[in-house]
Amino acid sequence: MSIELRDVSKSFGGVSAVDRVSFAIREGELMALLGPSGGGKTTVLRMIAGLEMPSSGDVLIRGQRVNDISVQQRNIGFVFQNYALFKNMNVSKNIAFGLKIKNWKRQDIQQRIAELLQLFGLEGLEKRYPHQLSGGQRQRVAIARALAPKPSVLLLDEPFGAVDAKIRQELREWLVTLHHELNVTTVFVTHDQEEALEVSDRIVIISGGRLAQIGTPREVYDQPANEFVARFIGVMNVLETEVRGGQARVGELEFPAPDQPDGQKMRIGFRPYAVQVSSDLTAFRYHAVLRRTFFLGVLLRLELELPSGLLLRTRMTKEEYSVQGLEDGKEVSFNIKQFRVLARESSALLPENEVQYQAPPVMGEHI
Amino acid sequence: MLDKRHNPLPGFGLTMGFTLFYLTALVLIPFAGLIIRTLGMTWGDFWHLATTDRALAAYRMTFGASLAAAAANAVFGSLLAWVLVRYDFPGRRLVDAMVDFPFALPTAVAGLTLANLFAANGWLGQFLVPWGIKGAFTPLGVVIALTFVGLPFVVRTLQPVLENLEPEIEEAAATLGSSRLRTFLTILAPTLFPAVLTGFALAFARAVGEFGSIVFISGNLPFKTEIAPYLIIMRLEEYDYSGAIALAVVLLCFSFLFLGAINMLEQWSGRFQR
Amino acid sequence: MAGALPKRNAASNVQSRRGTEESPFVKWVLISIAMSFCLVFLFVPLVNVFAQALTKGLGYYWTSLTHPDSWAAIKLTLLVGAICVPLNVVFGLAAAWAIAKFEFRGKSLLITLIDLPFSVSPVVAGLMFVVLFGLQGFFGRWLNEHEIRIIFAVPGIILATVFVTFPFVARELIPVMQSTGSEQEQAAMTLGASGWQTFWHVTLPSVKWGLLYGVILCNARAMGEFGAVSVVSGHITGLTDTMPLRVEKLYNEYNAPAAFALASLLALLALLTLVVKTFMEWRQARRYERAQHH
Repeated sequence: MSIELRDVSKSFGGVSAVDRVSFAIREGELMALLGPSGGGKTTVLRMIAGLEMPSSGDVLIRGQRVNDISVQQRNIGFVFQNYALFKNMNVSKNIAFGLKIKNWKRQDIQQRIAELLQLFGLEGLEKRYPHQLSGGQRQRVAIARALAPKPSVLLLDEPFGAVDAKIRQELREWLVTLHHELNVTTVFVTHDQEEALEVSDRIVIISGGRLAQIGTPREVYDQPANEFVARFIGVMNVLETEVRGGQARVGELEFPAPDQPDGQKMRIGFRPYAVQVSSDLTAFRYHAVLRRTFFLGVLLRLELELPSGLLLRTRMTKEEYSVQGLEDGKEVSFNIKQFRVLARESSALLPENEVQYQAPPVMGEHI
Repeated sequence: MLDKRHNPLPGFGLTMGFTLFYLTALVLIPFAGLIIRTLGMTWGDFWHLATTDRALAAYRMTFGASLAAAAANAVFGSLLAWVLVRYDFPGRRLVDAMVDFPFALPTAVAGLTLANLFAANGWLGQFLVPWGIKGAFTPLGVVIALTFVGLPFVVRTLQPVLENLEPEIEEAAATLGSSRLRTFLTILAPTLFPAVLTGFALAFARAVGEFGSIVFISGNLPFKTEIAPYLIIMRLEEYDYSGAIALAVVLLCFSFLFLGAINMLEQWSGRFQR
Repeated sequence: MAGALPKRNAASNVQSRRGTEESPFVKWVLISIAMSFCLVFLFVPLVNVFAQALTKGLGYYWTSLTHPDSWAAIKLTLLVGAICVPLNVVFGLAAAWAIAKFEFRGKSLLITLIDLPFSVSPVVAGLMFVVLFGLQGFFGRWLNEHEIRIIFAVPGIILATVFVTFPFVARELIPVMQSTGSEQEQAAMTLGASGWQTFWHVTLPSVKWGLLYGVILCNARAMGEFGAVSVVSGHITGLTDTMPLRVEKLYNEYNAPAAFALASLLALLALLTLVVKTFMEWRQARRYERAQHH
């Protein structure tokens, strides 16, 4: 294991920021720390770096307990959200800084700088000062500086947060390529689920200071551990149902729930793509009115209103929409081909003041 | 940005007119008077009056002591600003408020109390004088008074710069293996240097024109502790207007050179910022 | 691997940012040096003023202050303040209004000219007025013929003091007025307020704290001015001695306790200035904090 956290907690002046988090990161892995802002993910990253000391628990790097090892000696590369380039030094000097401290020989430093400038597409900029660089260039200098002394792990705090949307996509792809080339264990913090899904090998989801789930992008998307994860990753329709006669019911919808006692409350979740829609009213068992259609490009998002007033979200390609001859106000039939029973997250996981994750009767967020 | 022609607010003519009138009457005319009197002198006369031996000694005293005091303030003022911004300790807020005390205290009072403190029987002098550290009637006394007067400048120019430093810069250095001392020397010191230099220049400029606090402590001994402003007053008391004016013009020129230098420094300090 | 018991490590809490902070030893050494410097250069001189003023007891302190010549100096100083401060307030308001609310060519030159008195040695400032109004000055002969005394009289003291304190109020007001912009005034005008009404009800309330600070600074400097006044006053005991000049005179007469008694009043004025300044900064910080919360 490259990095391991064992029951790590951190509180600031009595306020708990991170609460008994344990996970392990494999050598060479590209790992995302994902969660809502203020959820403690940056604190976790800073504890790995040694910029914060855990209040309790252990941090291990390559099997060695590093709690008592200062940030200077941990041999990590850290890229700050605002890059924190040394303003009084040009690009070369920024990159050389860590090498000089490790007493590299002059030629070796020169060679390493040249290597990194080439790898990062920064040739010709070596004499520029940070204020003369674009946002994307600054970020590349920051990563080059962090990687120069060949750290055992690379840590990035919201690496794409400070650049505008257009460059962001480019940088994501670039980070994946870079990681493949260098194969250094990399951990990055993000609050953007799309970013985490696209870039990382595995995702650690942290909310309210606790670990919510760890898994590959596929796993957390298809098998969310609880309702928080389900909602945070992608869109999900969530329904509050009650069991009667072996069926979990809400409005006219029924979901098989064998072996569950009557009166049991259950939360049912399903992705928009699990809803099949047809303009042929006999095609599926449920009926609804197509309330509104949102155009998102290739995909359309549909909002269905059931006779009982429930709202569901689904999506459909443009082609299918026109083949079916759908339009707002039209009656349709639909079916739900897949669903999951959602574990209720404990109240500790979602603090009560985090209103945004409390469930209205039906919802789906993101696109 | 508003344009005067399109601004519906009234009163531009009135306020601008009054501003210019007041400025002209109280500042520009006195300046003009001094300049006209100077231009009335021949260059030879001016040079002769401005460079008498006593005047040269007074300049040396004024500029030398000002330089020493500004240097002392650059060192201790930087330290004080650092301590006030970075650390928390009992009495921090009181000290922070007291830094402006030399601004607020009339210079005569400052001179009076410092002269008394460093006299042979004063609170501090009784310990210092036996060691040969004499404050009263010595150049050292002048330096002490000017250090007091210039104390706020370095602190107050450096404080906001220190407060606005991103902590990430120092953390980044630490993650690259840099020790505290090395981070300070290679990253913080170069970043802070322009602000310290600006504060130094402000303290120096203030010290060059200072009068009130020095007359008490220096004893005003010609060729020894006499400063240029005091010599101007001596010349006036001898009704030697031309001599006084020549000295004043030299001081004024230095003030303006410094004003220009400080402006350039401030632009230079901003060069690494976006 | 997993399941290690949580260990509460008290020590690691204390040094939670090890590596990016100085060690406690270095920290306390630096604090000690800085505080010793402050002690010698700020606190001891302040305390010394009051201690020396009271060496001969409260009775002597009181007699020194009420001595006719000292009393005259106090009255003259108050008079100088009472004339200079309102003059500079009117000027400061006018200049700040013109500079902050309007755009015109030569604005930065005007600001530089307003700052000019800051960079002039007070002695040179005094000399300028002697050159204008002194016996050998430009208007000296004419003034003498009409028996108008400016130099070595109260008008000269006031002129020199106004010059020296010239930028204080304007300097405080210009940034405050610039930061509030002119939308509020324009809104008031659209509601039918006249120019004066707008000024009284909208502008003045929004700059009142900056104005107060400017007034306090201007007043402290006006009452404490030494160099410029020293040149033009003529040091006529009981007539043209302000408090700082009287302090010097008493000191030269080897009457230190009386000099310090008078100086203690000026030191109190300085402390009052600091209190007002600190209060205003505290108030501003609190407002800023509140704005962050909402």
